[in-house]
Amino acid sequence: MAAGFARDRIAVAALAVLILVLLSAVFAPVVTPQNPYDLAQLDILDSKLPPGAKSLDGKSYWLGTDEQGRDMLSAILYGLRISLGVAVLATVAALAIGMAIGLLAGYAGGWTDGLVMRLVDLQLSFPAILIALVLLAVTGPGVDKIVIALIAVQWAYYARTVRGIVLVEKGKEYVEAARCLAFGNARILFRHILPNCLPPLTVVATVQVAHAIALEATLSFLGLGVPITSPSLGLLIANGFVHLLSGKYWISFFPGVALLITIVAINLIGDQLRDILNPRLGSHYGA
Amino acid sequence: MLSFILRRLVQSLLVLFVMSLLVFAGVYAIGNPVDILINPQADQAEIARATAALGLDLPLWRQYWNFLAGAVSGDLGRSFVSNAPALHLILERMPATLELALTATLIAVVLGIPLGLWAGLRPDTAVGRLIMGGSIIGFSLPSFWVGVMLIMVFSVELGWLPPTGRGETVTVMGIQLSILTWDGLRHIAMPAFNLALFELALLIRLTRAGTREALGQDYVRFARAKGVPMPRVLRVHVLKNILIPIVTVVGVEFGSVIAFAVVTETIFAWPGMGKLLIDSISVLDRPVIVAYLLIVVLLFVLINLIVDLAYTALDPRVRLAGRSA
Amino acid sequence: MLKRLIIAACASAWTLTAVFAADLNIGLSADVTTFDPHFVAAQPNLTAQKHVFDTLVYVDERGRPIPGLATWKTTDSVTWEFTLRRGVKFHDGSELTTDDVLFSLDRTLNIKGSPGGYATYVRPIIAKEIVDRYTIRLKTAAPYGGVAQDLSEVQIVQKRAAQNATGEDFDSGRAAIGTGPYKLVRFARGSRIELARNDDYWRGRLPWEKVTLHILPSDPVRTAALLSGQLDAIEHVPTADLARLRKDPSLRLEQAVSWRTIFLHLDQYREHPPGVSGKDGKALERNPFKDARVRRALSKAINRRAIAERVMEGLALPAANVVSPSVFGHDPAVKPEPYDPKGARQLLAEAGYPDGFRVSIATPNNRYINDEQVAQTVAQMFSRIGIETRVDAMPLSAYFGRARKRDFGIALLGWGSLAADLALRSLAGTTNPEKGYGTWNWSGYSNPELDALIERSLATVDPRKRETIARQASALAAREMAFLPLHYQIVTWAMKKNLSYAARTDEFTFAHHFKPR
Repeated sequence: MAAGFARDRIAVAALAVLILVLLSAVFAPVVTPQNPYDLAQLDILDSKLPPGAKSLDGKSYWLGTDEQGRDMLSAILYGLRISLGVAVLATVAALAIGMAIGLLAGYAGGWTDGLVMRLVDLQLSFPAILIALVLLAVTGPGVDKIVIALIAVQWAYYARTVRGIVLVEKGKEYVEAARCLAFGNARILFRHILPNCLPPLTVVATVQVAHAIALEATLSFLGLGVPITSPSLGLLIANGFVHLLSGKYWISFFPGVALLITIVAINLIGDQLRDILNPRLGSHYGA
Repeated sequence: MLSFILRRLVQSLLVLFVMSLLVFAGVYAIGNPVDILINPQADQAEIARATAALGLDLPLWRQYWNFLAGAVSGDLGRSFVSNAPALHLILERMPATLELALTATLIAVVLGIPLGLWAGLRPDTAVGRLIMGGSIIGFSLPSFWVGVMLIMVFSVELGWLPPTGRGETVTVMGIQLSILTWDGLRHIAMPAFNLALFELALLIRLTRAGTREALGQDYVRFARAKGVPMPRVLRVHVLKNILIPIVTVVGVEFGSVIAFAVVTETIFAWPGMGKLLIDSISVLDRPVIVAYLLIVVLLFVLINLIVDLAYTALDPRVRLAGRSA
Repeated sequence: MLKRLIIAACASAWTLTAVFAADLNIGLSADVTTFDPHFVAAQPNLTAQKHVFDTLVYVDERGRPIPGLATWKTTDSVTWEFTLRRGVKFHDGSELTTDDVLFSLDRTLNIKGSPGGYATYVRPIIAKEIVDRYTIRLKTAAPYGGVAQDLSEVQIVQKRAAQNATGEDFDSGRAAIGTGPYKLVRFARGSRIELARNDDYWRGRLPWEKVTLHILPSDPVRTAALLSGQLDAIEHVPTADLARLRKDPSLRLEQAVSWRTIFLHLDQYREHPPGVSGKDGKALERNPFKDARVRRALSKAINRRAIAERVMEGLALPAANVVSPSVFGHDPAVKPEPYDPKGARQLLAEAGYPDGFRVSIATPNNRYINDEQVAQTVAQMFSRIGIETRVDAMPLSAYFGRARKRDFGIALLGWGSLAADLALRSLAGTTNPEKGYGTWNWSGYSNPELDALIERSLATVDPRKRETIARQASALAAREMAFLPLHYQIVTWAMKKNLSYAARTDEFTFAHHFKPR
């Protein structure tokens, strides 16, 4: 009981942290001292300053600056926006696609089901990073490309989850009853089966957002992700890598901390949701 | 059994076909490797000649057909930049990658199971919670960032370990191995640990869950009530109970570890095949990209097969079901 | 912090492979893909291979051709006669003859599956005639002054060993029989190249018995390996680590202005270049870059000194010419455009763009030193004079292909050449596939006067007369702003205190040019 409470407390704290992270990402343009994407606001003469240093016109760079003279704090918050934006967008799209396919497969059954599930099994037998790497290698880098790659690696999880639930629900009495009443397929699906899918899907999606963030960061680090002029957290870390040996740790270190905090918070919440909703869910390799 | 293996084989051939098609079309669309490789002083005629020499002037379907025809006879084409068969380049680098992946798996198992057992046996103690907290962080940490930080702490700050590269190797049965030398061990320590981190977290959670489940079972409670000493309970009942999922996960994850070695190899300049893939992508060396995928897919099929066989061997119920079917 | 880092990195006791006085360990910055010297003309490959193979013509530190395996003279404007040194021995003891030279020249054109490269140097030669064991006569179709320079790239292999040899034969060392200062012991692809001294080297005995070239493309890694004492020297010191290496008392640096010039191509031929628009996103009436005042304004907006000092950490010089100061055809009278944002705004207003417009700079992100950083900084500077600038960075794999399709309005390019006329032919000559002009002229710049100068310069066989004309061409291209030069790269080697290196403008790293002090 005490442990349960402690877990709750941790989850509540994680939720608070996540809300803070989300707010600062959403309101980045308001709270940051600088728009790091507006090149006219950057000054090369302010580049690579350590945390706490002052700019030529007297502003303070609390977390230092990168090699373009970009304020790291601003860059991190804007980077968070991109990391979260890409991950959430990809997750929502993958959720919609996966759900549709899962519903179709589970409800239609027969060879449709067989084909879809064979495809899902096949895809899930390969690690996400490999599939994403191949896709980005053949499409080239870019925000749109990375969203597509993230959708491609995620949809199968949702399809499998939804299909499993549909199979269970299909056999239940209320669906049988609805069928007997000659309700349309669509109505049965959306009114009866779908609501049952939502709780487990929420859990899967929460965990997947964390994985998507980490995967995007990894791909950007490898130079296959978002463009340099609007860097995500992963790219910020990659940019700072070359300066690490010369002691300019802040360019790489702080974005990493931001990334870590975000992912840990999401994972803790995911864990808690899982415990509450308690579906039997496996976990998968994200990044 | 045989039909099962056959089905797997057909499936993987299908995957290979689709993947090679995708990579072929994709790399073709990105650009012409001649643009990157050509001597800057070359004129258009020279560029056209070089394009033809690599067979890139043919229509895409012809290029693919030529590739298929070669692949059937085991020839995956020659690298555009290395003047060597693509397959040869991959196999040359494979021991380094496998060595790294196996060492990482070993670290994950050796650390993960005891830690998981501890956390499972004493879930409410500070240590138990610490282990679980650590596993959540290990789960969440982007592995490349951990790699960067490891280099900063252990190479730059403390100066204990070399930052990158593979150490001295010795040749064992024609294969270059570095884990058998002290220098090699010092070089592999960081990348292997980095690569192991995720699986380590996974194994801790899995072992902990399995242990707790087993401890709640009637037969275990009965054994403990009967006065069977704890070590024996652990060995006979708990470990047996969690062994099957662990073997499965370790097997399945081994594929992931190999795939993830791409990232680790890039950070630690480990001369494995993952790094070769990234390098080849950057110069559009299509034969090498395709050959890498082919080898990795084959490796995956093999791993999955072994996992399935091991599973059958460990779990009598599966064997029975198999026989009756 | 810094001091601690240095001490820590030095102390980082990598197991030192027993260091003998006669051993030399060098860290190279790029992978060597093959030991076949005629497969692909890539500088990293040439760097390693030129330890084993020689060329007829050498290039000195300043990038000028000097006699190598042969001396040469021109008997008429299309005939070049090369006379081999006598008694030059291959690694197996046999003597070098014109048979090997002829075979090597022909071999460059006949390698299966090669992306080419060397053909460019050999193709202008239409007839090769062996006069005797030591003399070979080469004829070009038209007068062409670049023959000696071109042949400094073509390595001479032994006919007997290389006949029917495959790439694997070269990699294993079986066919890698040259006349160079070192013999190939082991080529471990992606990791290192082991070389042993050639005691019969025709230029005399060298100080290093055993040389190992380590492939370390990752910049921090190369630096760390030098600091730890694992290496004696590294090439291409990363800009980020320069300050720290300079301070280290156990190390020294050698520097030279590289032959590589970094510049921007501005689309000057289409009405609506990609990425160029009004600030409202609507197309402009006409292409602003066609107006010389706009080009001048952009040039004035660039603070070249800030780029050289901040982005390049001092590893660059502000540029004005198409080629760097020591290279053939550089005109020292042409000075870099001074930084003058006010003047730039004024010029823009005069040209009819008082409020500026919108552009996009395309750049590779893995080709030149700090390439995307340079492009971003230029974008900052353009933004300051009211030109809203985006940066479109991409890996080289996508970049060159798109640039060839003329996908960019402004594009960053780097060029290393040993002669201004050759560089201008590719970069600013009116595009003409038959003549091989303007292959990299992404600007679409076209000026018959410049074309005539380039043509005249290339057709001049006498080096002194040729350089005079080449200089005129350089000056004209700079005056007309055919492209906007940004900086010349400076190339740096770092080595242990007890070594010296003759820093080379062509960026090559040769173990045989390292000397004990």
